[in-house]
Amino acid sequence: MTDSVSPSIARIDTNPARAEFFRLTGRFMRSRNVVAGSIILIIIIVMVLLAPVIAPFDPTEQFRRERLQPPNATYWFGTDNLGRDVFSRVLYGGRVSLQVGIFSVAIGAITGTILGLNAGYFGGWLDSIVMRLVDVMLAFPGILLALAIIAVLGRDLRNVMIAVGISTIPIYTRIVRGSTLSVRQIDYITAAEALGAPAHHIALLHILPNVLAPLIVVTTNGVAGAIIAGAALSFLGLGQQPPNPEWGLMLDEGREYIRVAAWVTTFPGLAIMTTVLSINLLGDGLRDILDPRLKL
Amino acid sequence: MIRFLLNRLLQAIPTIILVTLLVFLMLHLTPGDPAEVYLGDSRSTPELLENVREEMGLNRPLHVQYLSYMGNALRGDLGRSLQTNIPVTEQIRTRLPWTIELALSAMAISTVLGISLGMLAALRHNTIVDTLAMTLALVGISMPVYWSSLLLIILFSVNLRWLPAIGQGGFDRVILPAFALALVSAGALARMVRSSMLEVLNQEYILTARAKGLASAAVITRHAMRNALIPVVTVLGLMFGNMLGGAVLTETIFARLGIGQMYVEAVLQKDFTLVQGTTLFIALAYVVVNIFTDILYMIIDPRIRYD
Repeated sequence: MTDSVSPSIARIDTNPARAEFFRLTGRFMRSRNVVAGSIILIIIIVMVLLAPVIAPFDPTEQFRRERLQPPNATYWFGTDNLGRDVFSRVLYGGRVSLQVGIFSVAIGAITGTILGLNAGYFGGWLDSIVMRLVDVMLAFPGILLALAIIAVLGRDLRNVMIAVGISTIPIYTRIVRGSTLSVRQIDYITAAEALGAPAHHIALLHILPNVLAPLIVVTTNGVAGAIIAGAALSFLGLGQQPPNPEWGLMLDEGREYIRVAAWVTTFPGLAIMTTVLSINLLGDGLRDILDPRLKL
Repeated sequence: MIRFLLNRLLQAIPTIILVTLLVFLMLHLTPGDPAEVYLGDSRSTPELLENVREEMGLNRPLHVQYLSYMGNALRGDLGRSLQTNIPVTEQIRTRLPWTIELALSAMAISTVLGISLGMLAALRHNTIVDTLAMTLALVGISMPVYWSSLLLIILFSVNLRWLPAIGQGGFDRVILPAFALALVSAGALARMVRSSMLEVLNQEYILTARAKGLASAAVITRHAMRNALIPVVTVLGLMFGNMLGGAVLTETIFARLGIGQMYVEAVLQKDFTLVQGTTLFIALAYVVVNIFTDILYMIIDPRIRYD
């Protein structure tokens, strides 16, 4: 326990929660994966948030005489077939892609956590129903469930977030249910029940904090997966609609010109890959620290 | 063993029934009237709409519709495409071979790549080879299939002109899409094989094998590898599912007329019966593949039979 915190802090800090915080922070700072992943991700987030300041052009503005220009001093990432600045579009497009990643995961993780907590804590018929539903959702491979949901809801960006979010619910339900099942056997839960604490109190205050570690790890990797899936749906023409930029949509738009202007697809592709890579690095580091048992 | 098999099959039944119910309801959850989609905006009059509804059985109570849908499905009739009027099963039948060709090729590539990379990393644990292999695996996992597909086209088709970028039929046309599809799974597999191999290498029977003087190669191939690869079997089903999902993208990019490309077209054109039929087919195929994976796992690893 003391390996990861300087002895002086451990000795003078009498608050166990604060000591734990320092211990974990110390380990995070020493994990190469966490540090590298966080730095790259923070740079990307800052650039994307500051798009209106950094971007040299409006992302939808067309410079008709400057179509398909290779990267140069004016257009850092070149221009696309309509003469739009690829660099500005990558920055603005990133806002959408990151938003899709975060909101979809929020939908999936919150719903999945509620379902998993209840199924694991109450068990019985509730557990059977929830787990059957999870089985059914898992019967749709890959992004096919998201595609089926879009087929029902119609194509637009909001529906992409809902579709990707719903399709990830089973992952969170399973992980939270599993952890809840193991935590609820522990004595302090029985003690809380014996003291007459209400179920929602036990679930939120005693069980949830104990399932947070695996949940944080899975959620982190989940954001990477959701960014890939969201961009995939826009790539297929089911999400963000032109002329607005989005990384997946930009790849699709540049596909036609791949023989003459590879830069139109190269940069949005690099942006997705770097973002996803940084999140995966962060996720790997967090897993090693928070939950070494998780292998995948 | 037979009890395990029966149990596994029985477990799948409620899932299959719920899947069929959900897929059936898809059509009814969709905003808009399937009859209107079938007729299109220009031709629809109230009388015509009523006729089509009657013909499609949309006026009957839901449970009757479900039972008749299932009855037909069991006889291999999943309805007709709203756009082309061709039976859905016929469309699936003509498209399926291309998707299977792609998925199996991709699985083969990803298994070979993933296992070799994972083994290499485990056997050279904590060396530069390990770091490089795992970095490669991480990059593989982080590459969206639509991005790796485009990169492969730029490199092998546009620049080197070694392979055709689009179409189907012939070995040369399946290589690029299969590679693109294989990369993500190969990365995940390499990480899994590495950790499984490292675990096995720490077991006492490996020490025993070494202690009795077996050559290192024999220890690895005969004792370590065989056990380390068992968990790989468990992810084969999952991998196949990922291949089917990924086929939606690779088939669209490489213009292969497989099931995935048909599915995207059906969603884009709001061809609900085709979406419904294909969804049902893919989900059921996936459930069956997973049952087979479990059985295979049981045959390979006798320990789980006793659980």
